[in-house]
Amino acid sequence: MENKCCCGGENKEKAKIDEILVKYEGTKGFLIPVLQEVQHLYNYLPKEALEYVAQETKTPISAVYGVVTFYSQFHLNPRGRNIIRVCQGTACHVRGGKLILEEVEKELGVKAGHTTEDLRFTVETVACIGACGLAPVMQINEDTHGRLTPEKISLILAKYN
Amino acid sequence: MDKVTLTINGISVTTDKNSSVLTAARQAGIYIPTLCYHPDLHAEGACRLCLVEASGARTLVASCVYPVSEGLVVKTNTTRVRSARKLVVELLLANHPKDCLSCQKSMDCELQKIAADLGVRKIRFIGGEMKAHTIDDTNPSLVRDQEKCILCGRCISVCSDVQGMDVYSFAGRGFHTMVSTAFEQGLEKISCSYCGQCANVCPTGAIVEKDDTAKVWAALSDSTKHVVVQTAPSVRVALGEELGLPPGSVVTGKMVAALRQLGFAKVFDTDFSADLTIMEEGHEFIKRLTNNGVLPMITSCSPGWVNMLEQRYPDLLPHLSTAKSPQAMFGAVVKTYYAQKAGIAPKDIVSVSVMPCTAKKAEAVRPELCDSGFQDVDIVITTRELGRMIREAGIDFEKLEEEQYDSPLGEGTGAAVIFGTTGGVMEAALRTVVEVVTKKQLPKIEFEEVRGLESVREATISVGDLKVKIAVVHTLKAARAMMDKVRAGMADYHFIEVMACPGGCIGGGGQPVPVNWDIRKKRREALLECDESSILRKSHENPEIITIYKEFLGEPLGEKAHELLHTHYTPQNRK
Repeated sequence: MENKCCCGGENKEKAKIDEILVKYEGTKGFLIPVLQEVQHLYNYLPKEALEYVAQETKTPISAVYGVVTFYSQFHLNPRGRNIIRVCQGTACHVRGGKLILEEVEKELGVKAGHTTEDLRFTVETVACIGACGLAPVMQINEDTHGRLTPEKISLILAKYN
Repeated sequence: MDKVTLTINGISVTTDKNSSVLTAARQAGIYIPTLCYHPDLHAEGACRLCLVEASGARTLVASCVYPVSEGLVVKTNTTRVRSARKLVVELLLANHPKDCLSCQKSMDCELQKIAADLGVRKIRFIGGEMKAHTIDDTNPSLVRDQEKCILCGRCISVCSDVQGMDVYSFAGRGFHTMVSTAFEQGLEKISCSYCGQCANVCPTGAIVEKDDTAKVWAALSDSTKHVVVQTAPSVRVALGEELGLPPGSVVTGKMVAALRQLGFAKVFDTDFSADLTIMEEGHEFIKRLTNNGVLPMITSCSPGWVNMLEQRYPDLLPHLSTAKSPQAMFGAVVKTYYAQKAGIAPKDIVSVSVMPCTAKKAEAVRPELCDSGFQDVDIVITTRELGRMIREAGIDFEKLEEEQYDSPLGEGTGAAVIFGTTGGVMEAALRTVVEVVTKKQLPKIEFEEVRGLESVREATISVGDLKVKIAVVHTLKAARAMMDKVRAGMADYHFIEVMACPGGCIGGGGQPVPVNWDIRKKRREALLECDESSILRKSHENPEIITIYKEFLGEPLGEKAHELLHTHYTPQNRK
């Protein structure tokens, strides 16, 4: 394996990851907390960063990929500044949650699970956020928007940059 | 070892206390179907086919991971057990392609056999969502079709635990779980040796060798081409299994006859070029030993091993013998020496090889192996593919009269034939090196010190006044441990033999399936028999070898030999 610098060739980036790795050196079960902290750095897990973590911790890169793809908390692609979670739980479903999702997707031009090109929004679905009384609902970052209709969507989205 | 006694289907079985119920049952001759279990690998308990009733257990238990205990009562053949197994198979088939008739693994597929054994006639769950993946076939050796994968985990286990390569892992979750390489890249993008052990243990058609038989048929039917074939040492003791014979059958003569019936103009033996390899590699070793060359020198016959070294230990490449592998040497001389002798233009020769190995397919297309002015070896097929061609041609293999290899590249010694088992190249090299150095006949030519099946064996051998420390290693995991020692300067050997596959080529990734240590041992014993029954057992005594040096090559390590029989290695930057 060639010891070429990863993370866009910047030693600064490597140093940041090294700081995280040092904290967990010799700890059993280090991989998940390390990945969480690396994701916190970049808002997602860049391939080069994962390759660097694998190399430094002598973990097979295939195993790192296995862990990253198993947990829904980890993301391999850049995430938007604002995360939209449209509820598709039972209560929202009977109150038209699907129409809300379709409207969000149409408005932003991306499907659930994807991010807009300008990195403004990432659209996800969720299977209940415990606000069934407000169904249909969606969350944007920490804000919950309830009793939605497709007509309200564009106004709500306009509030987030 | 402590023993316990349990009852399986009313039969009392006494077994080791650390056994699983499955092992105990197999001991007692009771068959329990399995898919994820493989005797070479750790039990996973993933497929749930080996479910049995066990006293004291509320639910059915997976017998491959359920430990035996004193007085345990097990039932493997009740209505409850049978219907649960059938359900498991139905669920697997619901999410499995139904193209069994045209699948490359047809008749060798364990899932197909179990579905038939269990009498699965109707799949109740058809019509649901099926997994969808693209086929990974952009490398020369292996084809991976994840739609046929049943997630048994054998490939992950063999690649990590036996080979130490860690190419595969489970990725994703739930319905979307798959066996994946890092970032789902093709095998040619990552550090994969192409050893093919994953294809050997895959119970279905999810990982298979790349089928090159169509290219061979096309060449054979082209009247403008002179199609010659070479057969690797270990193919003769394994091919029989493809054609209904028991493991360990020596089928050399029948194989030669079958190849002639298929239409090959000349049937040659890789044993010839294995002897040639010993001449070059043996002299290279003597030269390194006496001229302060890079030591330890390491063998380079096994292309999976060479790939691994180029990918993961590029700094150690100067240790590799520059002698080409027997396949590659054969390719180089067939389009030069043989072409001249037979008066055939090399461009009209199609050189086919039958190998126990999937990595040989990738070796043949290495750009540096074109020293004849053409690609030296044109097409590589595995033992399995040759078996299929013989069946396709309708040849009644068992009834064939034995035939002899053609000359001038058809003579091989006992030293060459043992190339096919771990320790064989070392033993063959020692037979020649000791006699060349001492200029005396060896009183005993068997080097028992290097024989055996332990993954690392070492010995010190007297070569004249010199004490030569050697090691023999097989499996890539053991090879990696050895290379870590070499890198750390902790390995004071002079000469190391490495074979990528368990047992050497007899356990190669292109050999018949199923395979396990019982079968590998039988193939190995058959090879050793071939050596013992040979009249000539030292490479330097092969008359065709003596002739080719006299007529064509000159001296070992000479100019012509250097040009045609030696190569170089290049780091492969694959993660």
